[in-house]
Amino acid sequence: MDPNPTAPAIEVKNLTCGYDASVVLQDVSFAVKPRELLFVIGGSGCGKSTLLRCLIGLLQPIKGDVAYFGQSFTGADATKRREILKTFGVLYQNNALWSSMTLAENVSLPLEVHTSLSRADREEIVTLKLTEVGLAGSEELYPSELSGGMMKRAALARALALDPAIVFFDEPSEGLDPITSREMDRLILQVRDVLGTTMVIVSHQLSSIFRLADRVLMFDRTAKGIIAEGKPNELAAHSEDSRVRDFLKRDDGPGPQPNPADGGSKTHSP
Amino acid sequence: MTTSHPLPVEGSRSKAASAKLEDGSSDGDCVVKVGGDWQLNAAVPSWNSVIAQHAPANMRVVPDGLGRWDSSLLLFLVHGRTWCLQSKHTLNVEGLPENLQTLLRQIAEADTSQKKTKPGAKTLAERVQAWTVNLGKKVRENVSFLGECTLGFAGIVKRPHKFRWMDVLVEMQQCWVSSLPIVALVSFLVGVILAFQAAIQLQQYGAAVFVADLVGLSVVREMGPMMAAMIVAGGIGAAFAAQIGNMKVGSEIDALETLGVSTVDFLVLPRLLATTVMMPIMALYANVLGILGGMFVSATMLSIPATAYWVETQNRVGLLDVGSGLIKSVVFGLGIGLAGCLRGMNCERSATGVGKATTSAVVTGILLIVITDAVFALIFNVLGI
Repeated sequence: MDPNPTAPAIEVKNLTCGYDASVVLQDVSFAVKPRELLFVIGGSGCGKSTLLRCLIGLLQPIKGDVAYFGQSFTGADATKRREILKTFGVLYQNNALWSSMTLAENVSLPLEVHTSLSRADREEIVTLKLTEVGLAGSEELYPSELSGGMMKRAALARALALDPAIVFFDEPSEGLDPITSREMDRLILQVRDVLGTTMVIVSHQLSSIFRLADRVLMFDRTAKGIIAEGKPNELAAHSEDSRVRDFLKRDDGPGPQPNPADGGSKTHSP
Repeated sequence: MTTSHPLPVEGSRSKAASAKLEDGSSDGDCVVKVGGDWQLNAAVPSWNSVIAQHAPANMRVVPDGLGRWDSSLLLFLVHGRTWCLQSKHTLNVEGLPENLQTLLRQIAEADTSQKKTKPGAKTLAERVQAWTVNLGKKVRENVSFLGECTLGFAGIVKRPHKFRWMDVLVEMQQCWVSSLPIVALVSFLVGVILAFQAAIQLQQYGAAVFVADLVGLSVVREMGPMMAAMIVAGGIGAAFAAQIGNMKVGSEIDALETLGVSTVDFLVLPRLLATTVMMPIMALYANVLGILGGMFVSATMLSIPATAYWVETQNRVGLLDVGSGLIKSVVFGLGIGLAGCLRGMNCERSATGVGKATTSAVVTGILLIVITDAVFALIFNVLGI
């Protein structure tokens, strides 16, 4: 099947996946438009990470199909699969930077494997990528010499090395303090706006969800699939499902932005 | 939006990237027209090839049928900007897509000139100094580890009810059972090899039956304990280093320390006890299999009946011979356990660190075995055992 430029960036059709005999997700279908910033949310064990593993090809689905720009990924032969792998980058929860390599080598490896660029060109692109994520000048550092926030940025630079059309994030704010987490959110938005990248983010962080998401998909363990879909503010306010409201209105973050008409937040004055 | 990069459409016309230089625009700038699809994995023009020998001038880059683009176009523009800056001219990119301009601006603002590089090459004196300091540090670490282990053992003697005896049993069961088949195979084959080598010489003098003496003594005094210890060092010593090293990488050891749990009591002593107790048992097992190997060769190739072989072995191999081998193997076991645990505890916090610790545990283990064996050979010689 030829790719279709007007097709969704990602299309998941009747996806069933799990481990051995246990099915974690049953008949899940959804599509992601180009340039969309989609959040996949839900409680622990609801299958968010399993979905991500299926989407990036680390787990073979039991049934169903994942397609990128109209091209089936699940049923692709080895050559096609390699071609499709270049369209997305992944930022893993624990960053998964290769500890024995410098940042420059980490970012350069995808370029080395997938392009025929000269060493000098690769080095320059590595510098560009590290600059884009705010790590200019850190080429020769090793991952163990970085702070948590810097490691996330470095992992993003590696995910962006091949200028992918899609980037998957697994818990990008995990383990970061609120300020660094906010900076990471800003960086994600900046990359989306400047590079036009489609983004799928698996996250629990309410602050990030309300700050960034164009749309959220909420998964549930008992339903083995999607129980809600829409804009986070609308879901928090109007969802008929209490699980969705409870998740989005739980008291560990700013939640939906307060309506200025209600007077907004109050500050104490001495 | 030009930067979305869907998969290449088979059969569709992907225009090759192009860049053309045109002189003499109305404002006096030189104009470079960029067009086509600029992709990292395709051939794209370089700034130098476009400019060729052109004299330095103010440049303007404008799109001319520009299709999809990625970092390759950005790189082209960065080269252009550097070229212009060198001759104190300007590069005007205002006609290009807004997001491309933003990226260029970001790169211009970031100071990429000062790379945080590693310190340069060291002089010989500096290297010797670093090596000596490192050696001193390692010696201190090893001595302090041995001290902690000794204190830990003293603690077990004083308060045996507080020790986690179940962990020792678990270690014995988990590690040692898996080594049985390989120790059996290697020991049996060592017996076979010794018997063959001895037979070649002894048959010439019609003394083939003394193969049993040679194999019996060699196996129980040296080869049995030694081969068993080598295999255990390669398998169990390495496993100890990898387990403890991984725990260190995953901050599990930090968690123990912050709880006030002694890592030596919790992780090291059960393993040390397991290796020290199990090593002589494993050596005895290797002895039996080695003698059986010799017996097999004698019975099948040398026509010496198994009973005759066994009687000859019993007459020659005494309890002192077996005991000397087993005493050595206790020390081998302690050495292997210490090497594995020490390397694991000193492991660097990275995947490479775990690999290094594992290799180092095996090398140190084997080294300790050989040194211990040499020391015992000397002692037994002096004592006339």
